[in-house]
Amino acid sequence: MASDKTDRRDFLKKGAAMAGAAALGATARSATGQLPGPEAQIRGTPELVAYGKRSRFVTSERIPHGGRPSPDSFGLDFHIATPLQDQVGLITPSSLHYIGTTRGSFVPDIDPDKHRLMIHGMVDNPLVFTMEELKRLPSVTRLHFIECAGNRANSRHTTVQETHGMTSCAEWTGVLLSTLLEEAGVQDGGDWIVAEGVEEVKGTSSIPMTKAMADCIVCYGMNGEPVRPQQGFPLRLIVPGGEGILNVKWLRRIKVVDQFYMTYNDYGHLRQDADDAALSLQIGPKSVITYPSGGQQLPGPGFYEVRGLAWSGGGRVSRVEVTTDGGATWFDADIRGEAHPHAHTAFSFNWTWDGSPRELQSRCIDELGSIQPTREQAIRYWDDKGGTNRVKGQDNSIQPWRIDADGGVHNAIA
Amino acid sequence: MRSLRLILPALLLAGFVAEAQSPTYGVGRPPTEEEIRAWDISISPITGDELPMGSGNADRGSELFLEKGCAGCHGTDGQGMLAPRLVKRDIATPDDPWQWGRVLPIRAPYAPVIWDYINRGMPLGAEGTLTADEVYSLTAFLLYLNDVIEDDQQIIDQDNLPQIQMPNRDNWAELPEWLPGVPRLPGYPY
Repeated sequence: MASDKTDRRDFLKKGAAMAGAAALGATARSATGQLPGPEAQIRGTPELVAYGKRSRFVTSERIPHGGRPSPDSFGLDFHIATPLQDQVGLITPSSLHYIGTTRGSFVPDIDPDKHRLMIHGMVDNPLVFTMEELKRLPSVTRLHFIECAGNRANSRHTTVQETHGMTSCAEWTGVLLSTLLEEAGVQDGGDWIVAEGVEEVKGTSSIPMTKAMADCIVCYGMNGEPVRPQQGFPLRLIVPGGEGILNVKWLRRIKVVDQFYMTYNDYGHLRQDADDAALSLQIGPKSVITYPSGGQQLPGPGFYEVRGLAWSGGGRVSRVEVTTDGGATWFDADIRGEAHPHAHTAFSFNWTWDGSPRELQSRCIDELGSIQPTREQAIRYWDDKGGTNRVKGQDNSIQPWRIDADGGVHNAIA
Repeated sequence: MRSLRLILPALLLAGFVAEAQSPTYGVGRPPTEEEIRAWDISISPITGDELPMGSGNADRGSELFLEKGCAGCHGTDGQGMLAPRLVKRDIATPDDPWQWGRVLPIRAPYAPVIWDYINRGMPLGAEGTLTADEVYSLTAFLLYLNDVIEDDQQIIDQDNLPQIQMPNRDNWAELPEWLPGVPRLPGYPY
């Protein structure tokens, strides 16, 4: 203690002698320091006050997917992938949400005041709703992912945007389809619905009544605002956990029918093989590491939080595992926040890289106990049942990322 | 309540189903029969119940295929260009229609599916402009191109279109029931 006092006395004396010098040590007042200010400021404009913009230093963008340009020379959009490598958290910003269209599509420019939703067919009370009327009904707000059947990684892909960018997750708000169907009164034998959009091909999907009554939502809200036009403004059907094309955009008509109607969007689900058909309708347990991921560069050995997203059409993600040695040993990853049913679920894994070549993978286990397979496991399963050289149905196989000694991260699909 | 009892018989006479459930919220309005007719373009795939009256043949369809611009995207022989192929592939396994490619007018198990596809989504940029007769003729032409019908003069209409035997008629997989909490394919671990 005595020596402490001596030190302090000495320090104070010196301090007095150093008038105006920069403060040092725990007892100094910190506010006497002053770092240089920002190099530039964003001057307020009425536009920026009314509707904010992201930083000019944030340049993350969607890209056309699947080898076909978007927009094409006619102004049609086809498949557009979200930059998962840049996503922070589990909600995809609406401006970056992936887009899938049936054949290339113009985005309808719909006046919501004129938009109507009709429910008819095998119901007791056919009904027509305005948007205003739909918004009067009891609503739900839920997180749900959507994934396109075309979200199939291959060895030519370099980034996670290319391998997995045809899935996104948003907060959706609307009326449960069951509320509307109960209001209309489904008749005996009404085992399917056909849901139809406004766009030029009037894209229509057939959905089993069991699913329609379970958890489908007729949505007018997305991420806290009206559904964006590219996502179906003013009304989109969300079919949680179902293949992307079931989530009919620009929804205007629901007909209750007695069978699978095999209409415009359904044609892609036609299969010769029943197993393939079943695996194509619902998304299996799936995950991908987004950091570190293909095309990224680790600066050197040391600590990294490995991060990624997991999801399943089977319901909630119950566990995510990560390997850093190509699948020899697996560790439990941390689930970040709550795992919502049929929603992207963020996971992380604390890892110290020793600088040696590594292969990172993640795998998802859902609440039904289904487990995300390696490509080899999924293919081998069918070997004694007729065989196939591809993953049947929606491809939910594990994505391997190779980390080279120089820190470069690469797609390790053979 | 009394007034409701008086109204109900009137509703029944107006064609409403006898055991109509009463709506909980009373929001929304019933569409008119005319509105339903105008909006409803769904076609029952097997029976073709909703097919409108009309007729055409492949000969007329071949002309329309050029006139309406179909050939510009699908190729003059339906071989596919910017738009998908419409004629089956000439391959060595003629017994398995699934080997003929993902070609709608031959893979579709039921002919009304082809009619629905054309009526709903063609031609690009002018959807909904074809008359029912024109759609019957174009459907007949595609069936003729794929050897499903032999005679380009054969009249195809709302009654005989559903009767046409497509090669995949009994050769497709039904989709499973989709029950919450049940794996997508029971027994499949992944």
